[in-house]
Amino acid sequence: MLPQPASLIEEMAAGLNRHLAEQGIEEPRFVGIHTGGVWVANALLQAMDLADEPLGILNVSFYRDDFSRKGLHPQVRPSQLPFDIENQHLVLIDDVLMSGRTIRAALNELFDYGRPASVTLVCLLEINARELPIRPDIVGQTLSLPQNQRVKLTGPEPLAIELRELDPQ
Amino acid sequence: MTPACPLQLNDHGRLRHFLSLDGLPRELLTEILDTADSFLEVGARAVKKVPLMRGMTVCNVFFENSTRTRTTFELAAKRLSADVITLNVSTSSTSKGETLTDTLRTLEAMAADMFVMRHADSGAAHFVAEHVSPNVAIINGGDGRHAHPTQGMLDMLTIRRHKGDFSQLKVAIVGDILHSRVARSNMIALKTLGCPDIRVIAPKTLLPVGLEQYGVNVYHNIEQGLKDVDVVIMLRLQRERMRSGLLPSESEFYRLFGLSEQRVALAHPEAIVMHPGPINRGVEIDSSVADSPRAMILNQVTYGIAVRMAVLSMTMSGQNEQRQLDAEKSAQQEAR
Repeated sequence: MLPQPASLIEEMAAGLNRHLAEQGIEEPRFVGIHTGGVWVANALLQAMDLADEPLGILNVSFYRDDFSRKGLHPQVRPSQLPFDIENQHLVLIDDVLMSGRTIRAALNELFDYGRPASVTLVCLLEINARELPIRPDIVGQTLSLPQNQRVKLTGPEPLAIELRELDPQ
Repeated sequence: MTPACPLQLNDHGRLRHFLSLDGLPRELLTEILDTADSFLEVGARAVKKVPLMRGMTVCNVFFENSTRTRTTFELAAKRLSADVITLNVSTSSTSKGETLTDTLRTLEAMAADMFVMRHADSGAAHFVAEHVSPNVAIINGGDGRHAHPTQGMLDMLTIRRHKGDFSQLKVAIVGDILHSRVARSNMIALKTLGCPDIRVIAPKTLLPVGLEQYGVNVYHNIEQGLKDVDVVIMLRLQRERMRSGLLPSESEFYRLFGLSEQRVALAHPEAIVMHPGPINRGVEIDSSVADSPRAMILNQVTYGIAVRMAVLSMTMSGQNEQRQLDAEKSAQQEAR
């Protein structure tokens, strides 16, 4: 049974508020990873009553480590960070954390903009397929999937989680 | 028009060389512009580098002098984290075939992944792309009178960023069309991108035959041609042309075709003025026009870096894809 994003986001908002309070972070800056992470970020900001907060958008295509195998994605949209990140506490938001490679690319890209004071990682779903030492601080739900299955977030209205079978190779 | 050039596309229709805009579909040109837009954003950051081409070697081979094309290609490759070497090869007197083949072998021995090439002979980049080893990309940085595709695309980026939708625009190209590879690339790009009114303004002696194929309207009078245009693209008058008897004198050319303030006033009030550079002040363009806010000449240089980053990375990506497709094909054959 797949989880409902809406209920997860409520819990994540509460969890993130607690986490930020524990860490003594008062004015975090929010950054979503294009495209699913941006949808989750918008929903999360809504749930935290921060809908007017500026949201940074990262497109990590230029930083991926599988570029030489997969090539450039045909429609690369530019990253947009509407604030200076130097010395700021960042909340980085993505939809699905799997291998950790997207987050590795996102961190590299963020550091090309400046040196943040800290980065908190928030993910809607975590899949048990980690390839790098990267874990979320706040996660909606952790799933175990067989190797031939992937989850995909569809949205933005409504957000829904779909299960997809990989083509057998 | 030369036939479409499948040589520059891989089996999936993605760029693997960049030789000419001829035969490239609108979607691909639009994708180059979109990717360049993303790279412009990278160019505005504190760290202007992305790691896309880390570990790759780009070799600039210029058989003809160039400052801005060579340096912007160099900067583009460096911003993609590639290693860059630039060779200025003086034009030798040996015949084209021999010179190019020999040079090619030498360069291949350097194990470069990509060559950016400028040559005085039309078709030189195409020739090299046909003979280079597989998985090495060739980018045309200008070949004779034939094509200057990255200049064409940076001009299109300039127009799109400042004037928007091509389907609503009147664009005039003014000057020595006959000898201009920039004019050819621009005419093809404008037509492919759906510009409905492409005007060419030049004396009869500086127009090539067969202009009809580009779908352009020809004017011999600049006052008529500039009326209501949104974009004026001036071309550099190459001084050596005067000697060949095609033009009486520089001052005569300026009197008849130079872009003065009075003439710009005939265009749309918000028209932009472009020039591939280097400009000859007082020959094809008046200083007051070249320095006015409507002049895009320096923006074009900035956009040129982003467009060249887009072309380099997309071509590299197309080469990688082809390499995989070839590997899959040979694996299948072995399996049989």
